[in-house]
Parts: sequence; structure tokens; C-alpha cells
Amino acid sequence: MSVPILEVRGLKVSRGGVPVLDISELTVQAGEFLSLIGPNGTGKSTLLLGLAGLVKRNAGEIRFHGRAITNGSDMLEYRRHLAMVFQEPLLFDATVYDNVASGLKIRGMRRSHIRPLVEEHLELFGVAHLSSRSARKISGGEAQRTSLARAFATNPELVLLDEPFVSLDPPTREAIIDDLGRVMQTRRTTVVMATHDRMDALRMSNRIAFMEGGGIVQVGPPSEVMHQPVNQTVAAFVGIETMLEGEVRDSSAGVLVVDINGRSIAAAGSFTPGERVMCLVRPEHVMIFPAGSSTESSARNRFTGTVRSVQSFGLIHRLEIDCGFLLIAHVTSLAMEDLHLKQGMTVNAAFKATSVHVIRSSHS
Amino acid sequence: MELIIEGIRKAIWLLFTLDPEVLGITWLSLKVSGTATFISLFIGISLGTVVALTRFPGRRLVVSLINTGMGVPPVVVGLFVTIFLWRNGPLGLFELLYTPTAIIIAQAVIATPIVAGISLASIQKLPEALRLQILALGATRAQMIWMLIKEARLPLLAAVMAGFGGVISEVGASIMVGGNIKGYTRVLTTATVMETGKGNFDIAIALGVILLIFTFCINAILTGIQQRERPR
Repeated sequence: MSVPILEVRGLKVSRGGVPVLDISELTVQAGEFLSLIGPNGTGKSTLLLGLAGLVKRNAGEIRFHGRAITNGSDMLEYRRHLAMVFQEPLLFDATVYDNVASGLKIRGMRRSHIRPLVEEHLELFGVAHLSSRSARKISGGEAQRTSLARAFATNPELVLLDEPFVSLDPPTREAIIDDLGRVMQTRRTTVVMATHDRMDALRMSNRIAFMEGGGIVQVGPPSEVMHQPVNQTVAAFVGIETMLEGEVRDSSAGVLVVDINGRSIAAAGSFTPGERVMCLVRPEHVMIFPAGSSTESSARNRFTGTVRSVQSFGLIHRLEIDCGFLLIAHVTSLAMEDLHLKQGMTVNAAFKATSVHVIRSSHS
Repeated sequence: MELIIEGIRKAIWLLFTLDPEVLGITWLSLKVSGTATFISLFIGISLGTVVALTRFPGRRLVVSLINTGMGVPPVVVGLFVTIFLWRNGPLGLFELLYTPTAIIIAQAVIATPIVAGISLASIQKLPEALRLQILALGATRAQMIWMLIKEARLPLLAAVMAGFGGVISEVGASIMVGGNIKGYTRVLTTATVMETGKGNFDIAIALGVILLIFTFCINAILTGIQQRERPR
């Protein structure tokens, strides 16, 4: 594998004597889209600022194309290879054109060379018609488009995005994400994006890094973080609602039998009998059948339970099923109608052993 | 009442016939206060920007001192400038007392804290992240400071206006260090005081009207600036 574009080792940052960031290791490959996800206040923004050399490091090393960046003149040179977009567009009190040109002007580029680049990027981000408009007189979406155009105009190798879509309404946000995706596909720009929206992270990134308490607790492809979270915080964040604590009874050939309140759940994994574990089940992986029907599913785990509550999210319904333990299932509206599902009804619930992700219990 | 009407009538006559004495006093006032404001602009904006952008021990004290300076009575400034420029004072050898330069010095001392205070507030009011954004665009420290000043140019213009408005209407220091010498250090305010004292209300009103016009223009520009908003 070629030299990574960015390597971070032992990066430590504190604020007012309190440590806020502690990254033992993080590597970003050229052309990759890495998302930093996690709850608010876990250091995502601080890490981005750290990557841009915009916070004082207490310790640690940042390597760009294998070369360590020190705080001196390297830093300016390094910063001219990257661009950053913040949650707020942070535009200058000037025209949209001048805003997009600002990074190029800073680099001392000639006016005649600036014009075609600015025009290209105004076009790419759909703000060409606003070129001569004052940045004070455009909408929030247009402002964020201008901010993105300004970031990409300098043709950066690395773009850092700090929650760039959080203050936009859904249609605007979708349109901007589409445009951004198109630009990145043609440019192969390396992106590190902080977000607390797991859906954004899932569809845009090649890899996701989950942050908790100033550190990275899990890095991997989106499907891995989604389906095999390393701990309960990650699990909760990626939308796993059923978390059952129990004890491993039996373990053979990669199949576990876990005892949960006297009920047995079959799961894939390798733990030794007697260990305290957590069984995690995604709500989309739970299948619901009418009670008494002969379940045609091959799922190893089948339970009969009562529907405790039904919550509607439009097309998806969230069911809480009491089958000796609480199981959360997501059911489509269509299935709801087919099965005439209602609160208080008795149903059969099933899920595969491979749908159960087992982690060590944090209470043991 | 007749006194006022007669005064106003004569004042209009003086203004429209471009009376050389009134014109001379106005021109000197603009020159002196303009120069003083120009000097205070450099010192005030630099000081305000540095204090706004740096953190050092005793910073709060400096900020308080600047804010206090914004409200120092001009006579107090006049007193100290007089002492400094007095024949036996520290700067006595330059023989500046009772010259237009003395008024410029006193007025610059009055205007500098006003400009510094407003600059400090306006640079500080820019979003914290804007600094980071500018650095992330690849700016050097000097470029960043310049861009921040440019970004705060309207409030800074307000600072200049406030400084100019403060000194052109100031009378205490000008009379103390300038001496109100006819044709040499007589400015709008000191002349108004004197003419009023002598009972020459026509000239006093004419000078007063000119001062009012200046004040109105300055405040009109200030109001315009204050109504503007920053981009998102």
C-alpha cells in the first residue's frame, strides 16, 4: 500500500488543563472519505482542528504524505494543501465571487488565473448566478454552497468538513450532498468529515471512526461499525435498540448459546461459557409472524411475545415486544396492515443467530 | 426670541457669503480634528486589534483602561497635555503649546481610546471560528489580521467617525492647549465659546450650525453602519 496521505500518532490536546483529545493512531488513505461520528462533545471538531493544525497540540505527530508537520513554516505550506468547511459558512462580507476567490488570493495567484478557477467552482456548486451578489444577501443553503466552492477552489488534497450540513433543511441538504458527491468523485479528494448524523456517515464514507471521550473507539467500514459495534455507546449510536445482558452457556463451532433471563439466544461469536456478555440485535433484523403460524423462517431464535407498544415513524413502525425480555423490531407499514398488528397482540418474533452481535458486558 | 431670529438670519448670510473668518475657522477645525483622528486611527486600530486577538496576563486591566479612556473628560487631557508642553515640562523644548500641533496632540489623545475601544469590540465580535477559517484557507498571520480588519471595516469606520465626532465637538482641551488665538488656533468650538461670551450671537450661531451639520453627517453615517448585518 502507498504512503497514507495523513497519519496521526499520539495526538493529545487539552483545554484549560482538561484533556479533550487523545488519538493514539489514525491513518487516512489518499482518496478516502472518512467520517468521524459520535455524540456531541466527544472531540470530533477538535480532532479536525488538530488535523488542520489549528489547535495547540500537547503531544503527538501529524504526517502528511509521510512527512512530519512541525509548527513552523511547514504548517503554512501544509495548510495550503487542505481546506476546511465549518458548520457555519463563515463567509466574508464581500461578493460570492470574492469569497470563492479568497483562498486563491491568499496564495498570491494572479487575477487572470483566479477568474477561470472561481467561475468553474461557482458552477460546480450551483452558485454561478449569485456571483456578484453580496454574501450578506443569500440564503443559508447558498451560503454553504459558496463556502464549499471556496474550499474546493484551491484544489485541496485534503478537505476537512465539520458538520457542514447540520443547519440546513432536508431538501437543501440533499441537493448539496449530491453536488459534493459529484465533485469528490471526479477529484478523488480525500475527505475527513465530522458528523453526528449516522445516515450521512453511512452513505458518504468508505470508513467510519467512532469517537467517544476524546478518543477513537472503533474504526472500520460503515457496515462493520453498523453491525459489529465494539461497545454499547457505539451500538446505541448506530441504531441498535435491543441490548440484552446475559451469560454464555455453551460455545461450540462459533455458535454461542446465551442465557437471558432464563431464555436462550443463539448467536455467532467466540466466548467461553460463564462469560457475561451483551447480545445486540438491530431492529431491522427482527421478523414478525402471526402467533400460532408455522414459522417458515430458518431463523434459530424464535420467541412468542406480546406487543407492548407501537410507535409510528411514517413508513416504519417501531414495536416493543415482551418475550421475557424486551425486543425492539422495525416493521414496514405494509407488514403492519398484512398482520393486523396492534398493541396487546401476541406474535412470534424471530431473528437469525448471525444477526446477533455479541460483545463483552461492560458490567462484568 | 428676536435675538435668535436675527442671529439665524445673520448666520445664514455668513454661511452663504462664505465669510472668510468663518471659513478659516471651519477649515482649521477640519484640518486639526482630521489629523488628530488620522493619528488615533493608526494607534487605536492597532492597539484594539492586538488586544482583541491576543491573550496575556493583565489583558482585562488593559481593556478596562481603554474603556475608561473612552470617557475621559477632555479638560483632563487638556490639563496633562498642557503640563507636558509647558515651557519647563518634559516636552517644553519643542515649544508646541498654543500651536495647532498642540491641539492635534490633545485631540489624538482623546480620540485614540475611543477608536481603540470600538476597534477592540468590533474585532472581538467577529465569530471566533472566522479566524480559524481564514487560517484554514492558507493565510499567514499577517494576512489573517488584515482580513479580520477588512471584515470589521464598517464598525472600524464607525470607530473613526466616533473619534472624529468626539474631537471636533470638544472644547476644553482645545482652548487650554491651543489658546484660541485668532487666525492660528481658533477652532469652531473655541470660537463659539468666545463669540457667545462677547454677545456676537450671529457668528456663534453660524459656527454652531456648521458644527451641527458635521454632527448630523457623522451620526447619519454611523446609523447606516450600525444597521448592517454580517453575512452568515
